[in-house]
Amino acid sequence: MRVNFTVNGRPQEADDVWEGESLLYVLRERLGLPGSKNACEQGECGSCTVRLDGVPVCSCLVAAGQVEGRDVVTVEGLADYARQRSSGTGARGGTSLDEAKGWQAKGADSQTGEGAGLSPVQQAFIDAGAVQCGFCTPGLLVAADEMLERNPNPTDADIREALSGNLCRCTGYEKIMDAVRLAAARQSEGV
Amino acid sequence: MDFLRPASWEEALAAKAEHPTAVPIAGGTDVMVEINFDHRRPEYLLDLNRVGDLYEWEVGEDAVRLGASVPYTAIMENLRAELPGLALASHTVASPQIRNRGGVGGNLGTASPAGDAHPALLAAGAEVEVASAARGTRLIPIDAFYTGVKRNALQPDELIRAVRVKKADGPQQYSKVGTRNAMVIAVCAFGLALHPRTRTVRTGIGSAAPTPVRAKTAEEFLNAALEEGGFWDNGKIITPSVAKRFADLCSAACNPIDDVRGTASYRRHAVGVMARRTLTWTWESYRGARRATEGAA
Repeated sequence: MRVNFTVNGRPQEADDVWEGESLLYVLRERLGLPGSKNACEQGECGSCTVRLDGVPVCSCLVAAGQVEGRDVVTVEGLADYARQRSSGTGARGGTSLDEAKGWQAKGADSQTGEGAGLSPVQQAFIDAGAVQCGFCTPGLLVAADEMLERNPNPTDADIREALSGNLCRCTGYEKIMDAVRLAAARQSEGV
Repeated sequence: MDFLRPASWEEALAAKAEHPTAVPIAGGTDVMVEINFDHRRPEYLLDLNRVGDLYEWEVGEDAVRLGASVPYTAIMENLRAELPGLALASHTVASPQIRNRGGVGGNLGTASPAGDAHPALLAAGAEVEVASAARGTRLIPIDAFYTGVKRNALQPDELIRAVRVKKADGPQQYSKVGTRNAMVIAVCAFGLALHPRTRTVRTGIGSAAPTPVRAKTAEEFLNAALEEGGFWDNGKIITPSVAKRFADLCSAACNPIDDVRGTASYRRHAVGVMARRTLTWTWESYRGARRATEGAA
């Protein structure tokens, strides 16, 4: 079947989609957006987290046919999404597939990520050293960004709860907590 | 596989009547796991995401009519006063991502003994509203809904429209045993509701029998003990021996198995502990509310 939906602000069309296929598979294998990671395929790990009509969900548990006509934001579009949110413009230009496919957390400076057009939460993850192997990072970024949108001044308990559906086997979560606190602090200072 | 995409409740019922083997999918948090792991290849998937009615709830005089697809997140945020037990249970479901998608209809449809909503529904008192194109709507009392391991009283042409849960008339509690707070399938779970209006107590046990069950003998014992001791009126602390006996009878109501999550004897023990604790919590809250009213008068 064919599925038409919006990905990172741009209309997309996926063809020859099998009826039992997940949104995650469509994003990765049909649209070439491998940012959302495929790990547990049962909603345990959160590494495939995307926003579906604004709500964080595990894309591995959404049937492709269920997203027809709906709006998905992936980690590849997160920087644009955050920029448009902070500039307060209603009309979103979105991120094209080619831009999204080519997106890298590299800019003028590959160590600091400066100049790469990162979202505040992405920059905070780099600055706080919250990325080790990086596999869980996309899901954590999407979940953390959504929480900061909803709750700009989270307590540690709020952060833990918001990220409780995202597993990380490297960091022990402390640096991730630091990163989200840093992003929240910068956001409230308007940096 | 065919993907059926009804745009309304009527269309959904018609599709289910035409294809009784169709597997309904709403949040997908059970169905997609089975498909991803090749455990299930349904001939038809019946997508209910487009049926807006299923995402609505109505708070009536005595009960809440909760649409089958209302996500757990919405229950936690909006129905804490009316359905405190179910709101607490909802908060123990998996993770934010799962709670944003899953709802009580899926728990009932899957009818796993480990479903988090069941003990709360049993304790509060609920009816499952189901419908078919041929025979219209019928209400199934929650006590008659679970018929076996992952089996329920639904006919092949029926879909779950809503669950009608009695509004709380007293304190309710919910407790769940697992290895961590998030992403846990219950080792066992316990729900308890005090109903001061009828001077009764209701319970619900999860993951400790082939189906979710009530501890009816324990309820009868406690109802009689509270009545005899005049506890509902004098608001005294529940005698430890009464609490102990209640806990033992709740343990005895279990019929658990050994599995990877826990042994049968651990489950029996843990249900007793949760029964005693939730009784203490709810009763303290009842006494507190009584004192507040008396103080005001």
